[in-house]
Amino acid sequence: MRFAILQFPASNCDQDCLHAARLSGATARFVWHKETSLGDVDAVIVPGGFSYGDYLRCGAIARFSPVMQAVKRFADNGGMVLGICNGFQILCEAGLLPGALIRNRDLTFHCEQVFLKTVNAATPFTADLPNNRPSMMPIAHGEGCYFADAETLIELQARGQILWQYCDALGSVNESANPNGSVLNIAGIANAQFNVAGLMPHPDRAAETVLGSEDGRRVFEGMIAGLKRNRQAA
Amino acid sequence: MHEPAITPELVAKHNLTPDEYQRVLEILGREPSYTELGIFSVMWSEHCSYKNTRPVLKTFPTKGDNILVGAGEENAGIIDIGDGIAIAFKIESHNHPSAVEPFQGAATGVGGIIRDIFTMGARPVAALNSLRFGELSNPEVRRLFSGVVGGIAHYGNCFGIPTVAGEVCFDKSYEGNPLVNAFALGVLRHDQITRGAAHGIGNPVFYVGPATGRDGLAGAAFASQDLTEESAEKQRGAVQVGDPFMEKLVCEACLELLATGCVAGMQDMGAAGLTCSTCETAARAGTGIEIELDKVPQRAPNMSSYEIMLSESQERMLIVVHKGREEEVKAVFDKWDLPWAEIGVVTNTERMVVRHGGRIVVDVPAKKLADEAPIYQRESREAAYMQGVRSFRLDGIADSVDPLGDLKKILADHTVASKNWVYGQYDHRVRNGSIVCPGSDAAVIRIKADSLPITQAEYAARKSGATDGSEVPPPLADKYVAFTVDCNGGYVYLDPYEGGKAAVTEACRNLACSGAVPVGSTDNLNFGNPHNPEIFWQLKESVRGVADACRALNAPVTGGNVSLYNQRGALGAIDPTPTVAVVGIIEAFEHITTQWFKEAGDAVILLGNPVDTVDPLQGLGGSVCLKALHRIKNGLPPRVDLEAAQILHTTLIGLIREGVVKSAHDCSDGGLAVALAESGFSGQVARETYRFLGATIDLSTFQTPTPEGSAVRLDGLLFGETQNRVVISVAAVDAGRVVKQAQRMGVPASVIGVVGGETLTLRTRSGEFTAPLTTLHEGWWNSIARAMA
Repeated sequence: MRFAILQFPASNCDQDCLHAARLSGATARFVWHKETSLGDVDAVIVPGGFSYGDYLRCGAIARFSPVMQAVKRFADNGGMVLGICNGFQILCEAGLLPGALIRNRDLTFHCEQVFLKTVNAATPFTADLPNNRPSMMPIAHGEGCYFADAETLIELQARGQILWQYCDALGSVNESANPNGSVLNIAGIANAQFNVAGLMPHPDRAAETVLGSEDGRRVFEGMIAGLKRNRQAA
Repeated sequence: MHEPAITPELVAKHNLTPDEYQRVLEILGREPSYTELGIFSVMWSEHCSYKNTRPVLKTFPTKGDNILVGAGEENAGIIDIGDGIAIAFKIESHNHPSAVEPFQGAATGVGGIIRDIFTMGARPVAALNSLRFGELSNPEVRRLFSGVVGGIAHYGNCFGIPTVAGEVCFDKSYEGNPLVNAFALGVLRHDQITRGAAHGIGNPVFYVGPATGRDGLAGAAFASQDLTEESAEKQRGAVQVGDPFMEKLVCEACLELLATGCVAGMQDMGAAGLTCSTCETAARAGTGIEIELDKVPQRAPNMSSYEIMLSESQERMLIVVHKGREEEVKAVFDKWDLPWAEIGVVTNTERMVVRHGGRIVVDVPAKKLADEAPIYQRESREAAYMQGVRSFRLDGIADSVDPLGDLKKILADHTVASKNWVYGQYDHRVRNGSIVCPGSDAAVIRIKADSLPITQAEYAARKSGATDGSEVPPPLADKYVAFTVDCNGGYVYLDPYEGGKAAVTEACRNLACSGAVPVGSTDNLNFGNPHNPEIFWQLKESVRGVADACRALNAPVTGGNVSLYNQRGALGAIDPTPTVAVVGIIEAFEHITTQWFKEAGDAVILLGNPVDTVDPLQGLGGSVCLKALHRIKNGLPPRVDLEAAQILHTTLIGLIREGVVKSAHDCSDGGLAVALAESGFSGQVARETYRFLGATIDLSTFQTPTPEGSAVRLDGLLFGETQNRVVISVAAVDAGRVVKQAQRMGVPASVIGVVGGETLTLRTRSGEFTAPLTTLHEGWWNSIARAMA
């Protein structure tokens, strides 16, 4: 499977995503933000970083870039897109995912390993994650507090679009396990069609045991397996 | 434009002495222009010229078989780590700017050191920092502390460099003058080393990066004076403003530019901005350089030549390009949407010539300006306080009666306590290389293929469309780099020579605990005003200590930085603080070792002497114990036997390579009891999820009377900071063999207990003491956050 990793000015997890995608068995290459076409790809990763210096608002400028117009078309045609950290922020700003990410509740940047509960395992992004324990991946963000209005939250819950929630080591979703104040402890969501997802934690930094966790690789592997299923069905 | 006349007052205002000014007149053969006066002032400041310290710096060991670029040659030293791969690293201070404007001061400190690394052609892959502040009970100190940490986090996180290690110490001596020393490390291939030299007569000189503004005017000169209330206020304009986003673009563009093969030389505009970069590149190449200020991008209208030449606006680079290849260079700048300008040319005149508004405003011999600053042999005299330090004894200081209560207090001391409040704000995992994150003795990163800058061949292939970038580069042989920064300023104050030795030795011991062998070091000499003979004595003596230890422990100095005048009015000078960062290599992944206990039933072994019985203070001189429990900062600090240190480190690494060592943690601040407690509770799994694995320790056999007849004190045994000690854990079945092997090498070793349970139990002649790890951990983990809340 061929993955495109977007490169914005000051993307800084682009190499991490390329590395993790390759470890997961994908073919991967970078696509520069000035490109108007993604080329021949099966999935798109919008990596973390501080695109365009996060001037104005995280992800607010990136969404106007030529490559994001191509990503929108790709997603509208059912293409698989995953946004990680700043990439999640960009997808929200671009309207590909509902809600927004605002400053962490304590106004402080947090870098730490967190536990994640898979809320909906019936998506390619989550299908390969362990089902008998929480997943573990690091976060590294200052603006990761997920927010959406009550109506949107009800819809997200009803349709199973909440994919991950912050939890503790035992899988309990509680206040102290929430590192940034996200509503409902939401760490990641999908769109209503389940072909676009975003999350604040970094699966790209949890793809090898030497880095403390392999759980993140299973997100990429799940995507690859899903793409293969789609291809067989077609 | 009207320029002020050169008067003795104006010369004095520029911190040039009458003798120095005389020298300027001799070099020029005429009176300098106002801009030239400014240029001499910054280039001959301590920050740029090391005029007060050069003779002392010459005593550092700087040679080594692996050193590809040595101390003083370039912007950073470079060391070969095998297979054609090399690492570039350096530490640099941003103390004065941080005292005045903590957030921007610290942020631009990080930016400056990152630029020093990619200027060498290396990709920056890791950062660390060494910070010192007054006590957190003071609200102004809290403001400085949170500003500095926020600034480092902002710059490093946005740039995308993992800040993986560091140290933070708190002492009243740093109250008015905090220390911010930032270190960065980069990776490159041998053939990618880039020189900051203006080679090739006729080659065009490019400026790239944001426009030049009035910010940071003469920052180097500011850094070379005492801080005063007045100067702090007035010099706020000398603090630059950083833009990490711009730095990231400049870095990526420069690494790409180097892969085009168009670059003849490159230098960042750091201290003394355009001035320093032009005259140094010309001086290094033995050429001249001529630039036109009207072509320099400017942020403010009507900037004078003085202002443009002395501005320290950030994220700017000077690039010398092979003639005829200008278009390729412009294409790369445009790809990254960077402002650039062609501002001059390399000449054969050996002079630095600057034109502005059709006039020549500067015409000076480049080499004389860059390399021939006056050198001073400063007077030095042993500090008067040393008499009191030498005669200090423990008589009258009550021994510990509640050792676990004391341990709790020491663990919660801000210098000893966990720095999670700090490193949690730093992205320490970006770049997928952080194998050992903050919280163990030394950070360990792995170097992988994508750590390296793109090669000329790769670039050409991509450019020609021969590849779409999806092929996987051949993997590198495993490379693991460990590094740490250490210094106990209190030790250095109480005994500059021994304190200097201790800084290097502790850093090397930390590396040994992680499984690494040192390959080189970089130091940052932070001191008060060198015109004070007692302060110069501190400097000279501690440099002698650092140099001796670097020699003994095979950690040659590849560069560094000097920061003097760290004192503020009535608050006086800081503790002398030569911070030392040492970099080491770990041969194989299996050798990477962390400090926390791994398995119940393992044996706990102490390598080294429990107490230095020759030391009348039993390792308590200058200790955290005396400071935290008795409010005393006095007494000769523990001695460092360098030969014993080298044997300890070699023995420990030997044991680690055999695969028997499960954990290793050095004894430093707070002594054996702190090392044991930390071995029990410092392994963090994830947010609010800790590993508690305690131990039962028997120290009763170590309390036999010393040869002099005085009994070993309980506080000396538990909290004494006797040097050259490491706590390791090994499988019970290996314990006897490990002890024998260490002893055979000449390292004192004994089994002191067994790992298990969730308590720390200490058996001593004075009784048995037990505390749950959770209660010990609580204060250690939270005390800084609590002080900052």
